[in-house]
Amino acid sequence: MIRSRSWLPIPLLSVLLLIVWLLLQQSVAFGQWLLGGFLAIVIPIVIHPFWEPQPYLKRPFLLLRYYLRVLVDIVIANLQVSRIIVDPRRRPNPAFVVYPLELKEYFTITILASTITLTPGTVSAHLRLDGKSLLIHTLDVDDPDALIKEIHERYERPLKEIFEC
Amino acid sequence: MIGFYTVMEAVIAFFLVAGGTFALIGSLGLARLQDFYMRLHGPSKTTTLGVGCSLIGSMIYFSLTNHTLSLQELLITIFLFVTAPVSAHMLAKCALHQKLPHHDRTQGHPEEFDEELEDPDTGTPSSTPAP
Repeated sequence: MIRSRSWLPIPLLSVLLLIVWLLLQQSVAFGQWLLGGFLAIVIPIVIHPFWEPQPYLKRPFLLLRYYLRVLVDIVIANLQVSRIIVDPRRRPNPAFVVYPLELKEYFTITILASTITLTPGTVSAHLRLDGKSLLIHTLDVDDPDALIKEIHERYERPLKEIFEC
Repeated sequence: MIGFYTVMEAVIAFFLVAGGTFALIGSLGLARLQDFYMRLHGPSKTTTLGVGCSLIGSMIYFSLTNHTLSLQELLITIFLFVTAPVSAHMLAKCALHQKLPHHDRTQGHPEEFDEELEDPDTGTPSSTPAP
């Protein structure tokens, strides 16, 4: 990991900004590196005072695996939802499910909630004010407990390993 | 002998058609599903994949015709994947706040429908009236 220094307060953000800049310009010319590098250093310094401390990324490679898993699940989710919408005989069983959260950092909860929304048949609807449970609306579910268990095994545990353990 | 470009053309066409189909199904979901909460599922998921497929097609096409790697579309995909869940979440939250009716066969009855939503600062029930 790159250490943060006074002239480079948020290293990951700087790298991200540089990559986004190069992608937007669609060129890896020297001038673009220079300009992108300048922005990548100046912007974090300017916004640093407003930046909330993010949880430290403990295991970057697990995050990569998590991304791939979510990507595959997004495709599966789309096929499932499409089938429910198109098939006229199928009557979905919607449900509200209260999901007990184990994660504590708001940043990781945000990632989990976004993942839930993007993946099979679920939209995260409301984060309770105490920050301990998440209200999920599911499009088609037979057994809410199995759903809670699946989300826990598939998404929350990996996230916990990546950020909080 | 089928040329390389013919095959790639087929691949691009596949992605474009798939993207269009998913976007269509997502919009169809808006019209067909019964209550607000179910309708949220259509746009938040199917359209993501719909746009994603079209962008993959566009990426391949412009990479081949310009003979340079075209990666701008990746940015669109990333920003879409970051923003779509947030907007869906906010819509659902608003619906809960307004206590919109849900379909009869919905299992589970969250307490948000019964209690007054509490003001996070003072802990007292907020004065927003239910419609």
